[in-house]
Parts: sequence; C-alpha cells; structure tokens
Amino acid sequence: MENFTPISALVGGGLIGLASGLYLLLNGRIAGISGIVGGLLSPGKGGAGPLERVAFIAGLIIGPLILMMGTSFEAQSIVTSPTPVIIAGGLLVGVGTTVGSGCTSGHGICGLSRFSLRSLVATLSFMGAGFLTVLVTRHLIGAA
Amino acid sequence: MRNLVSLICGTLFGAGLYISGMIDPQKVLGFLDIWAIADGGWDPSLAFVMGGGLVVAIPIFWFAKGRSEAVCGGDMNLPANRAITKKLVIGGLLFGTGWGLVGYCPGPALSALAFGQLDTIIFVVAMLAGMAGTRMMRLNG
Repeated sequence: MENFTPISALVGGGLIGLASGLYLLLNGRIAGISGIVGGLLSPGKGGAGPLERVAFIAGLIIGPLILMMGTSFEAQSIVTSPTPVIIAGGLLVGVGTTVGSGCTSGHGICGLSRFSLRSLVATLSFMGAGFLTVLVTRHLIGAA
Repeated sequence: MRNLVSLICGTLFGAGLYISGMIDPQKVLGFLDIWAIADGGWDPSLAFVMGGGLVVAIPIFWFAKGRSEAVCGGDMNLPANRAITKKLVIGGLLFGTGWGLVGYCPGPALSALAFGQLDTIIFVVAMLAGMAGTRMMRLNG
C-alpha cells in the first residue's frame, strides 16, 4: 500500500464535501458534475442557468490551476490507455452518467449525504462495474 | 451572486480533486484494483476521499434540507425521484465500465484539463459526445 495517501485524501475529500454542501445551501442545487455539464447540452430544460453551470466548470479547472501555480503542492494526471480506449471510456462515462442520472459526485457524494437509496444503488452499480473492469484489464488480459 | 457561488464551489471542488489525488486516473485505478489487496498493492485513498466528503457534506445537507429556500434565493432543488429503475443500474454499469477503463469520472476529467494534456481533452470530448448523444436520443434518466 505504498501509494496510499490517507491525509491528503481526507483533506481533499473534505473540500469536495464542503463545495457540495455549500452549493446546496447557497444555490439550492445538487453539485453533480455530470448533471451540471449535461444541462449545457440540452438547454432550456430547467435547472440552473447556463452561466451558473459554466462558472462551476470553470472553477473545476481554476482550482487545480491555483494550486499548481500558487503553491508547491504537486499533482499529476496520468492516462496510460491507448487512444481508442480513451475514446471508448469517455463515451461510456458520458452515456452511462446520462442514462443513470449521475456520477461519483451527484450519486456518490451528494446522494449518499442525503441517504438516498436510489443513489446508493447507482453508486454500487458503477463501483461494481469499475472493480470488474479493472479485474479484466489488469489481471485477465493485461496481466502485467 | 449565484454565478459567483457556483464559481467558488467549483474552485473548491477542483482543489479537492487535486489535493486528494483523484485528478490522477492512476490513483483511481489503484483503488478500483481491489484484486491487488492480497499482494498489498491496493490503494484505498478513494474510500478516504469519499469518507472525508461525506463527513463534511452530511451535516451541511442535513441543515440545508430543513430550509424552505436557498440562501441566494430560489427553491431547494432536491431530487424527488426515488425510483430504482433498470436505467439507473444500466447507466451505472456503463459509467463504471468507462471509469474502470481510463480512470476518469466527469469531475476529475474536467479538472485535469488544467494540465493541458491531449489524452484528457480526447476523453472529455468523447464524454461530452456521449452525454449529448444520449440526450438527443432522449435516453437520459
């Protein structure tokens, strides 16, 4: 478990929880990233206005930029999959979060925080599929 | 005001993804690889991110749920849908498969655009295409 980083995980997780809680308390909305992004793709269907959605997405990119440029705290984002797998993965994440009405933030953090059984079922579904996919890619076919 | 709140919440969220390491697909895949528990190669960090998030969010949600309107005005838009449907599970399974293939879910993929890497951009474009296509075919849940 040499890669385990419990302190930064708890602190970062706490910030994510704070952001989600404040968004509900102040704006009255669920901070579900797939929902916030998806609403921009079919406008006029209610929910938050486009500018409110774009502001949240801009913040998602600005947060890391501030830490990258303003602090010595380093992070990385390493993608090892070949391009066709990246495209397939992106499509599956886009289709799946739209069909299933949420992702790790909306169902995972926000849904579980309000003790929603529906979100628990969704979270178990995507976690389970994630475990099985990694079993196949890392241990059955990509046994490295 | 609502837009400023949204920008600040997005920034906090993105900072949280960066600090927690969830912005890195390898960190996420290290968690999804529960099959490595036996040989000590598992990385439980993601569970601690969820735990840290829930510990902070649960009391704020509990307090917010008791309010009749949001602090910045307007309704509290809490999901009313409680139905556990085939779509919910199928969507979750499809999403989890894509998540396990690359290691990105929507938040970290968008936040990782901060690194300006082509692979991240390709993933985000494919994700947006999947979201738009699903909505166009009216298959959204």
